Amino acid sequence: MIGLPHYLIVAAILLTIGVFGIFVNRKNIIVILMSIELILLAVNINLVAFSAYLHNVVGQIFAMFVLTVAAAEAAVGLAILVTFFRNRGDIAVDDASMMKG
Amino acid sequence: MTFSANISLVLPELLLGVSALVLLVWGAFAKKTSPVFTGAAVLALLAAAVLAAISPHGHAFNGVYSADAASAFAKVAIFVFSAIAVVLGDRWLAARGDQKFEFPVLVVLSAVGMGITASAGDLISLYIGVELQSLALYVLAAFRRDDAKASEAGLKYFVLGALSSGILLYGASLIYGFAGSTRFADIAAASHGAHGLGLLFGLIFVICGLAFKVSAAPFHMWTPDVYEGAPTPVVGFFAAAPKLAAMMMFARVLGDAFPDAVSQWRQVLIIAALLSVFVGAFAGLAQTNLKRLWAYSSIANVGYALLGVATGGETGLHSMLMFMVLYMVDVTGFFACLQALSRDGKPLETIEDMAGLVKERPGIALAMTAFSLSALGLPPFSGFWAKFYVFKAAMGSGDVPLQWAAVLGLVGSVVAAFYYLRLIKAMWFDAPVGAVDKPQPTARAIGFAAALFSFPVVLVALVWLDPAAKLAAAAFGHL
Repeated sequence: MIGLPHYLIVAAILLTIGVFGIFVNRKNIIVILMSIELILLAVNINLVAFSAYLHNVVGQIFAMFVLTVAAAEAAVGLAILVTFFRNRGDIAVDDASMMKG
Repeated sequence: MTFSANISLVLPELLLGVSALVLLVWGAFAKKTSPVFTGAAVLALLAAAVLAAISPHGHAFNGVYSADAASAFAKVAIFVFSAIAVVLGDRWLAARGDQKFEFPVLVVLSAVGMGITASAGDLISLYIGVELQSLALYVLAAFRRDDAKASEAGLKYFVLGALSSGILLYGASLIYGFAGSTRFADIAAASHGAHGLGLLFGLIFVICGLAFKVSAAPFHMWTPDVYEGAPTPVVGFFAAAPKLAAMMMFARVLGDAFPDAVSQWRQVLIIAALLSVFVGAFAGLAQTNLKRLWAYSSIANVGYALLGVATGGETGLHSMLMFMVLYMVDVTGFFACLQALSRDGKPLETIEDMAGLVKERPGIALAMTAFSLSALGLPPFSGFWAKFYVFKAAMGSGDVPLQWAAVLGLVGSVVAAFYYLRLIKAMWFDAPVGAVDKPQPTARAIGFAAALFSFPVVLVALVWLDPAAKLAAAAFGHL
């Protein structure tokens, strides 16, 4: 029988993978965008699992909002990434180092 | 409550949201900006500030949105400083021949988000407000898209901002699950007395996410890079209005949703506040770039505001509101002066660039000296009064760790005095490096007005600012 704890554990693992994907990844900024999506998906799993467990619909409404905002966030992020690429001709993480200190 | 009564409560945000959309369509058809266009955006922001001041108080849409005297106080400040940012940004872009109509639209959109966060009564409206504000700010940071530094700043801001939103959201999902509701009033009722581990876990995640947004240590690492790369007027905007909005979010979440967990969240905030004060003070010592220097200064100042939040209750909120409003004047004025200056068409960026400024431009040098002394907390400048309220609230709280934190905070401000004094020394005593161009008149005027506020006017302004903040703090949470 799969219960609430199983869903929460999956979400916690996804969150951890997402956070590590941002900080450990040294190659590509697209991977960072994917990691951000992973974090938001972990949140959605949490929300929907709680919503089903509590018999309360608010969690699912919240998940809808998160999905919508995630789409807008990806659009803005990719747009900024395009301007970055046009200035540098590369999207490697190590290149984003004009400013340090 | 009837629908029209709900609408009357959200009128300031509604006005701004509609204006942003109208401005967007107008800009898209006109294809370029004009003084009338910018003026319309400024007018909309000022009208929203007036509406926020006079609109009725109460809960709208089943408690998702709460308008009270505290949110009205914060919103008036947020909208007025956003209007100043529109003017400054417009002048700065005009000086570079790079005026685009999107700039005022983005500032207005982020002001809508900031207004919503200041009035949030529910985790969902908090999240929507945060994102509306942040998404507009990411684009503003990268506004000069042909500038490699600006696009890098925008990218770094976006990645770390999105991460912080994700962490905030994960905390919100845990709070929802363990309290059974997303509304702040229900969370407070559900957690009455004992807080389960799940709720506290969620609260810590939310605090971490919010600490990112106010750039409190240990979540401050994006601030220096973003401030260095982003356009100067945008930096002045980042350091002012969004910081107040994020501080209001702290007050909302901690005061409305977790009023009984004071002893738990106070420890976390004290640690974050002290770390911010010391990171801001010590890391600032090594900086030569002025924008990075003021980034560290803003980290330190956020630490003092967090001390006010950590005090909690009426006195804590009162001191936080006073501190933020007085600090916003200083930081806006400093960046207005910085943007007014250039040498051979290039902006002045480092401390060496400011050498001997007093012989070239005595007025601006005097104003920047006033802002530095004020940020350092020297009486009788406004920054002294800002810190005075925070320390008084912390000392009067009767909480021993908090009182020690206030003492250590004072030590931190003595360390930070070094870099402010170094800037003043460069301006007054070093040999000039070359002629400075004619300053930009609008930015200079705003800088002078802020400097006048920082010293003589503040003594008069406090007479009405203090009771207004007191009234706002007293009304918080009692609707």
